[in-house]
Amino acid sequence: MLNDVTFGQYYPAKSFVHNMDPRAKIVLVIAFIVAIFLAKNFFGLAAVFAALVFMVLLSRVPFGRVLRSIKMILFVIVFTAVLNLFFYAGESAYEPLVDWWIFTITYESVVNMVFLALRLFLLVMGTSILTLTTTPVALTDGIESLLTPLKWIRFPVHELALIMSIALRFIPTLTDETNRIIAAQKARGADFESGGLIKRAKAMLPVLIPLLVSAFRRAEDLGDAMDARCYSGAKGRTKYKKLVFSWRDLLGLLFLGGLITGIVFLNLYLGGKFDIIGQIASLF
Amino acid sequence: MEAVRFDNVKFSYEEDGQDYAVNGVSLSVEEGEFVAVLGRNGSGKSTLAKLINALLVPTEGKVTVFGMDTLDAKMTFEIRKNAGMVFQNPDNQTVASVVEDDVAFGPENIGVPREEIGKRIEFALDAVGMQEFRHATPSRLSGGQKQRVAIAGVLAILPKIMILDESTAMLDPRGRREVMEVIKRLNRERGMTVILITHFMDEALQADRAIVMHRGEAVMDGPPEEIFARSEELETYNLTLPRAAAVCKALQAAGMPVNNAFTAEELAEAICASLQRG
Amino acid sequence: MRIVAKGLTYTYDPKSPFASHALNGVDLTIEEGEFYGIIGHTGSGKSTFVQHLNALIRLTGGSLRVGDYDLADKKCKFIELRSKVGMVFQYPEYQLFAETVEKDVAFGLKNFRKDMGEEERAAAVREALETVGLSYAEMEGRSPFELSGGQKRRVAIAGVIVTKPEVLILDEPAAGLDPLGKQELMELLHRIHGGWCKTVVIVSHDMDEIAENCTRAAVFSEGRVAMEGTPAEIFARSEELFALGLDVPVTARCALLLKERGIGIETDYTCRDFADKVLALWRAKEGGHAQ
Repeated sequence: MLNDVTFGQYYPAKSFVHNMDPRAKIVLVIAFIVAIFLAKNFFGLAAVFAALVFMVLLSRVPFGRVLRSIKMILFVIVFTAVLNLFFYAGESAYEPLVDWWIFTITYESVVNMVFLALRLFLLVMGTSILTLTTTPVALTDGIESLLTPLKWIRFPVHELALIMSIALRFIPTLTDETNRIIAAQKARGADFESGGLIKRAKAMLPVLIPLLVSAFRRAEDLGDAMDARCYSGAKGRTKYKKLVFSWRDLLGLLFLGGLITGIVFLNLYLGGKFDIIGQIASLF
Repeated sequence: MEAVRFDNVKFSYEEDGQDYAVNGVSLSVEEGEFVAVLGRNGSGKSTLAKLINALLVPTEGKVTVFGMDTLDAKMTFEIRKNAGMVFQNPDNQTVASVVEDDVAFGPENIGVPREEIGKRIEFALDAVGMQEFRHATPSRLSGGQKQRVAIAGVLAILPKIMILDESTAMLDPRGRREVMEVIKRLNRERGMTVILITHFMDEALQADRAIVMHRGEAVMDGPPEEIFARSEELETYNLTLPRAAAVCKALQAAGMPVNNAFTAEELAEAICASLQRG
Repeated sequence: MRIVAKGLTYTYDPKSPFASHALNGVDLTIEEGEFYGIIGHTGSGKSTFVQHLNALIRLTGGSLRVGDYDLADKKCKFIELRSKVGMVFQYPEYQLFAETVEKDVAFGLKNFRKDMGEEERAAAVREALETVGLSYAEMEGRSPFELSGGQKRRVAIAGVIVTKPEVLILDEPAAGLDPLGKQELMELLHRIHGGWCKTVVIVSHDMDEIAENCTRAAVFSEGRVAMEGTPAEIFARSEELFALGLDVPVTARCALLLKERGIGIETDYTCRDFADKVLALWRAKEGGHAQ
């Protein structure tokens, strides 16, 4: 049930990561993604993985909880990986492992698939640390603050942030309302469970229409309530909440900076992803 | 000082329509008064409320708030700073997911400096008895608590007039009691002018003055006790007496000499006096 | 249909940090023919309880029988049960959806009585609309969204009673209505009650409404039935209701104040009966003087 401000993924806990400035966390996640895509070989990815484990430990979110976010897009990962396995277009230095009809599996395509799957895995895990340790409200504040420079090109940053925060605010209300309407139509014999896709979609109309009508009514009410409280856009407006950049955030940025530098060195020193055996040898 | 003044105000929701939701209302509310506006659904009482803080402007006639004309668009902001409004549905007037952020919304809009906003949040939540919920999520509060947060959101703008547009209609008795206590206290202790739109007769009894709306017109205006004493007239406007008053009237109709009573306490008093007399 | 609940329990969001026990062992019997009131605070479990009665919430603990339907039985015909136990939710007008009043009211019939012919259905819709005091000819083709608030609520109620449920449950049916609207709604319910609709169950915060209309009532508190009986029996225990943080009818409050002054009044707490009993006392006193 989406029944709280803490809807979605947020995992309430007190930790170093929870206490970081949302802006810093957003920047960190971007840096983390950059690190993932900079890494050219498995040792680079191993470094990223080590950093990930460290961050999860620091956030005090149980590993199981972080892994759960993978479940939702596991299908996407497997699908892309399999496509890569069969349709890898690169040159191969070895005999193909499988060569049947249109399918060709080579050593390179296997390596490529594993590499890609690992990247996607790390990507999802990394971003989920952000959503697990940051409330949607803080996330909105962070995005608004980071986008502030765009005001210069007249991008409606304030409006965008307000829309996001109002949307968040209304999620629990509209969820409750949806449940209530579903119950009411069920009481009148509506059947949402049986039949094919089209029949089921049609069965949802008695829920969607009242929901839409109610959303409009609420929007109108909210508009009046905002007007009554002197809302008139971003001009002349002050802001109560101020995000504070602290030593934690600095440490975090330094840490990620270190990670990226390390990966660049690993790339230069070890080269691409295919020569795994050579790379292991060169380490000794 | 005169807080609100209506001069022969007419308002129609349709353009050049003849169907007036408010049809020729003239009245004046003094600063510090507690006025209840009664009437059936569709009698024009909510329209009347929205005409005060320029959410609607008159089709004909003139509304002024502390002398400021609501038709003057330059004054709209100033009028809304002076006349705050709380609405019916507690779920449709909060903008933020945290109580203090929601209370901050008004002061932010009028450009109050940051440090001052913090103080205003404290003051407003204190006035409605919701300090301990400062960091709570509005969707997890009860109806009465949500409305108290909404009142705090208005108080933080420091208005002189508080308009409540059926703000108790969707609450359970406990929530209604909470809200009524808050607004009575605001009126008594801070001299806040209160305009309470309601169809609960017992709430009107707690006001200094009641106005009855019927088909867009203000048809009765006076102290609530006086209004409820004119029960036949009230009936023609499809309003009912508070229950205690109805019982009292039945007793009087049967010939029992009891004084007019409007609440359970007054009724007990009156019955007791009558039974022990002589 | 007789309703018998024994040891009913229910937990929202079990196993989550937000788990909350809505019902903690509800034992309650509602006999056929009652105009039954269910009283309690928001969160006392009353709404959860009534949603069990037509299986909108599936039984998870305890037993519940509604007429011949055993709701603990997985093979129980839940859809058939729903056609016999009608449920009007709070602010039912917010569930209207069809393009015309006709279609909206007919929705339940189309779901429950798939075999019903056009003409028969139209006749049933007409009857339902007329029962709630609306004219079929005037309403049938109109959009439910262009009606007044009071009319919308009537249409929504017509959409539930169109299948003539034997038990009709209403959650805060009068909420948001003005005093006259409330009175008209209660009159409507009394009109339905006793015909095809054998039992009416209303959930209400309004103690005056319970005292004036109900034959029996139950007070819910913290997921249990704290009191059960006729309104006269329940409101005679005003102090206990106050202790639960609930109100009492104006008549009960007045009777309590009179009792403190040594004037005992035995009444069922309807305004009429209360006035009659006070008048009887007064006449006895006058009579005493006359002698």
